[in-house]
Amino acid sequence: MAFLEFHAVSKGFGAKGSRSEILTDVNLSVERGEFVAIVGYSGSGKTTLMSLLAGLLQADHGTALLDGRPIAGPGPDRGIVFQNYSLLPWLTVRENIALAVDAVFPAWSAAKRAEHVGKYIGMVNLTPATDKRPSELSGGMRQRVSVARALAMNPQVLLLDEPLSALDALTRATLQDEIMRIWSEDRKTVVLVTNDPDEALLLADRVIPLTAGPQATLGPSIVVDVPRPRSREALQHDPRFKRLRSRIVDYLLESGERRKQTLTRTLVLPDIEPEDITHKPRRPWMLGARQPVRRREIKREEVEV
Amino acid sequence: MNERAFRLDWLLLPLLGAAAVLVLWYFSAHTWSKELPDPLKTWEASKLYILEPFAKRGELDQGILRFTWISLVLVAKGYALALILGTPLGFVLGLSKTFAKCFDPIIQVLRPVSPLAWLPLGLVLFSGAKGQTSELAALFTIAICSMWPTVLNTAVGVRSVPQDYLNVAKVLKLSRAKTLFKVLLPATLPYMFTGFRLSLGIAWLVIVAAEMLTGRPGVGGFLWQEYNSLIYEHIILSILTIGLVGFVLDRLMSVVESRFRTA
Repeated sequence: MAFLEFHAVSKGFGAKGSRSEILTDVNLSVERGEFVAIVGYSGSGKTTLMSLLAGLLQADHGTALLDGRPIAGPGPDRGIVFQNYSLLPWLTVRENIALAVDAVFPAWSAAKRAEHVGKYIGMVNLTPATDKRPSELSGGMRQRVSVARALAMNPQVLLLDEPLSALDALTRATLQDEIMRIWSEDRKTVVLVTNDPDEALLLADRVIPLTAGPQATLGPSIVVDVPRPRSREALQHDPRFKRLRSRIVDYLLESGERRKQTLTRTLVLPDIEPEDITHKPRRPWMLGARQPVRRREIKREEVEV
Repeated sequence: MNERAFRLDWLLLPLLGAAAVLVLWYFSAHTWSKELPDPLKTWEASKLYILEPFAKRGELDQGILRFTWISLVLVAKGYALALILGTPLGFVLGLSKTFAKCFDPIIQVLRPVSPLAWLPLGLVLFSGAKGQTSELAALFTIAICSMWPTVLNTAVGVRSVPQDYLNVAKVLKLSRAKTLFKVLLPATLPYMFTGFRLSLGIAWLVIVAAEMLTGRPGVGGFLWQEYNSLIYEHIILSILTIGLVGFVLDRLMSVVESRFRTA
């Protein structure tokens, strides 16, 4: 049995009339210590999926299990790094992380907690910024604080919700390296949600495409069989990477195409046929003598929506 | 905003404005309103009160700063009461939709009621307290009139706490008390301080009305008494004092408020 499992999970929002199904029939299983990336279009329900994993939302149907137990609510066993950092702006870097550490390890002594906080600030290379507030930090630094906060909770699963999408390409690359390094140090179970196939291929053991929403669902998982450490260089040139990338992109594009479902509509054609002017009526003054030929015809047509 | 018309314009332009008002005042006093004392006469009659601001010659004959101090102390008490009652009320209104539905209409009805209307009710409410009735009634009036901006701003602030912050609290499984003090309260502080500043302005407005009606010593009481004893110069002195003190209070609160805005 896998460590993290979703069975036929679906989730929608809104009341009955205007209800939109975001996710339908999502099946997922993640082994302990595995790094799984979920790649999908923006707006396809990636954040909804993440909220289900985190327990911030509950599934409408299906079961979500962590370590065999159903996910009933949010908890510190799943450290989450939000897309928009979600740091508390009135707290310094140290205080933001300490808030999490104090909440998760209340039994520890103050000294041990402070040391723990310091260790994780060091892990993301932010020791010089310890006493700064989020507003004094760059986007990349804020996201590192957010990562440190999630890691400091010592979670069983680390959930990364498009953690790097708000950053510029260079900062992104540095942070990807940092995530790679941290993951290779303690091999936590990680679920990364991203819209960048390259990022997914660089970091993950397995990449799962999420089809375009609404009614998005997970596609077949694609195992990244390229040994670590992987380099960004190789990502550009290695044929294995190229092949994997095109598989992901093709699948996503195809699912986007398929979303333009075909459905058969019954068209009632206007039942008038133009008069045949070559046919001259014999008695044109008589009523009803010049009747056009009427024909009822129902035609079936395939249309794309 | 840094455009300057000429050097020292920050000083000279306001002085110009004040001078224009003085001229208008002077001409009014000498043309259509014979009872109005002109600026010079006002200064002559007020000199004693300004130059000996802390003198006490009688219950209703004291230096202007002494009066101001008496008023300020009463305002401080009433204002503190308003904050103590208003902040938790605002929090509950912001947190509970049911509570908000129950009490929002009644608050909207009570909010525009003038201090002049509350004071008699206060006098009735506290008529049992011997010798203290007028003070308690004044406190009641100040508190109930100045409470509303604090209540409403706090409620809005609580409602607009970003969901992200609440998600953090949920993921960390913070207790209710911890969520309140570590997340909700700091996130609401900027709104609360805007409410506090508006409340202080209203409290200072109310004190004058309360003193006039109860005849308590203070700037407002002084104003009313001097009107009754036909010393009109002192009315103008009181008005200027009230205005200046109100201005200073507002500036002070703005400084405090801006310290919390970035938080």
